[in-house]
Amino acid sequence: MKINKFYVVMLLLALVAPFFLYPVFLAKLLCFALFACAFNLMLGYVGLLSFGHAAFLGTGGYITGWLMMNSGITPELAILLGTVVSGALGALYGKLSVKREGIYFAMVTLALSQLVFFIYLQAPFTGGEDGMQGVPRGHLLGLIDLSDNMNMYYFVLAIFLFGFWLIHRTIHSPFGQVLKAIRENEPRATSLGYNVNDYKWVAFTISAALAGLAGSTKTLVFQLASLTDVHWHMSGEVVLMTLVGGVGTIFGPVVGAGVIVTMQNYLSGGELGNYIHIIMGFIFVVCVLAFRSGIVGEFQKVWKRNFG
Amino acid sequence: MKMMKKTLLAASVAAIASSAAMANVSDGKVKIGVLADMGGVYADICGQGCVTATQMAVEDFGGEVLGMPIEVVSADDQLKPDVGSAIVRKWVENEQVDAVGGLVSSAVVGAATKVLTDAKKIALISTAASNAFTTKACSPYNVHWTYNVAALANGTVKPMVEAGKKKWFFITADYAFGHALEGVASKVINDNGGEVVGVARAPLSTTDFSSYILQAQSSGADVVALANAGNDTVNALKAAAEFGLTDMMDVAGLLVFTPNAQAMDANVAGGMRTTTGFYWDYDDKTREWSERFMARHGSIPAMGHAGAYSMTMHYLKAIEAAGTDDSDAVIKKMKEMKPDDFFSRNATLRADGRMVHDMYYVEIKKPDERRDSNDIMRVVSVIPGDQAYAPMLPECNFK
Repeated sequence: MKINKFYVVMLLLALVAPFFLYPVFLAKLLCFALFACAFNLMLGYVGLLSFGHAAFLGTGGYITGWLMMNSGITPELAILLGTVVSGALGALYGKLSVKREGIYFAMVTLALSQLVFFIYLQAPFTGGEDGMQGVPRGHLLGLIDLSDNMNMYYFVLAIFLFGFWLIHRTIHSPFGQVLKAIRENEPRATSLGYNVNDYKWVAFTISAALAGLAGSTKTLVFQLASLTDVHWHMSGEVVLMTLVGGVGTIFGPVVGAGVIVTMQNYLSGGELGNYIHIIMGFIFVVCVLAFRSGIVGEFQKVWKRNFG
Repeated sequence: MKMMKKTLLAASVAAIASSAAMANVSDGKVKIGVLADMGGVYADICGQGCVTATQMAVEDFGGEVLGMPIEVVSADDQLKPDVGSAIVRKWVENEQVDAVGGLVSSAVVGAATKVLTDAKKIALISTAASNAFTTKACSPYNVHWTYNVAALANGTVKPMVEAGKKKWFFITADYAFGHALEGVASKVINDNGGEVVGVARAPLSTTDFSSYILQAQSSGADVVALANAGNDTVNALKAAAEFGLTDMMDVAGLLVFTPNAQAMDANVAGGMRTTTGFYWDYDDKTREWSERFMARHGSIPAMGHAGAYSMTMHYLKAIEAAGTDDSDAVIKKMKEMKPDDFFSRNATLRADGRMVHDMYYVEIKKPDERRDSNDIMRVVSVIPGDQAYAPMLPECNFK
């Protein structure tokens, strides 16, 4: 019951936020929150650290950007197709990588995402280092003008809520229970008769598709798809967001993305602009040393100890 | 009593409205954003120096225009189009920025100018080289000041081809600027009876140029053209010297900024000729400004620094003449008024946003020719603007 009230409060905050804060910043925050939630599905609930999620974020972005510029379809279709292509890529990569675990899984996903990076660097349609510039936002369903920042924000919010709901639903389904069982004790899950690789593969595909959804949406918000989104730095950043917020908690990645994006946003313009990577690295170290379960994880512990 | 309050309120609202209408300056101030590379390979040619130059222009103008204060804000684009365009978007949509100056890497500027044009705000481009901003991506709100790739190719490449250097090899920065420079230079080479025998494209911020130099070495070219800029040129030339390439063939730096020339080994770079939009030691007027800049910034100005000052000054003068900071009116005035200062000689701002002015064909001095560490170049000849820049495209005439 408490949780439900909490969700309602958060939703209301999200609905009124653009009247007080810059909508594009909030939309960016939601895109990264969705990306981190998608990543957390793998790290937090299956226990696999993917180090190549930027490939899916970038693929969604480039496909959607290209469609918006060249095909004349409406934005929701372009986003859908971007998501589908990312999901398909995720299915392929998942098939190749879920047979391995731990550091080997991370290395396989990293290597595959570097392949994707190189393709996007060289392929003419992406614009290489220049990125895909001037992507039109278009009209949602042919009716609502997304070039208005407020409309764009509420569209992004709807997408985020859909993605968040889907992850929530996945985790709390029997399928999600099996994933958690695999995370806790894989041999036991196998002995119970579950084909763990198939479960991991499906989870990887869902995660990749949602990362693609985040990338597609981000491209529309910024009207730009660039190599930053496919670079391995981005794969690292999403790990940081998830760890800072709290691995394996449903709200952790959202909080983590909020913290990191806000920091990047406010530090980049100020005196500390040159030190942004040092500051983020410092936070990462403190996080790993002092509160390993992240902001949300620690908060839950304190809550349970005192009120639970 | 209530009535009185209402009248007072109405009167004060009217007073505020009318004072705003008289000044015609949005938000009660003129705000200029400077987007530059604060820590990357272009930081020396338009980083903090471009902010300083813009601030100098604002101070020399008197700090206010039409009775309203002028504010300068700055940010680091990290040479990334996504970072740069996001900052510009935030500035114009949320922080009342009226014009954005600096603008260094052509990739970032391409993304930033699209945002600015959508928002009907002025782009004051000081250091980007691509000619796209006044050709295929031209916009009524683009003002391209210091130089462009056409001027570099006409200035540097043409005399060399005419002197008999027919076979060219390019080491090109692999993004908008490099592609544009290589394209324009190749056309100049082909039109004058030369040929391009090979191209190697290196990513921006490459530190190890050895593989590209080896390709150049085996190409059999007369000239290796460096179609890159900033520290990339410095590193490429260093590698060329280490591999003995500079003894075998000519190396032409197509875009050499003064601070980069200063960082090069004078024994290697000495004698190299290139084209620039400004040289600090040209005459008394350039020296007067450059010495003031040096006192503030600590090093000699690159052409982009001088350009940033000059275009900011012209922008502010246009606001004063137009009596408003409305972009359309200001751009119109900027194109009507002739820019004329230590930087802009025989200059006009064309209807397509290209500022056409005298360019300089310069030679980098050999070590024994230099009187001190700031004495880097010698002006060989002045190239009149109409010979340096390509003619205006009819579709980019925004008169």
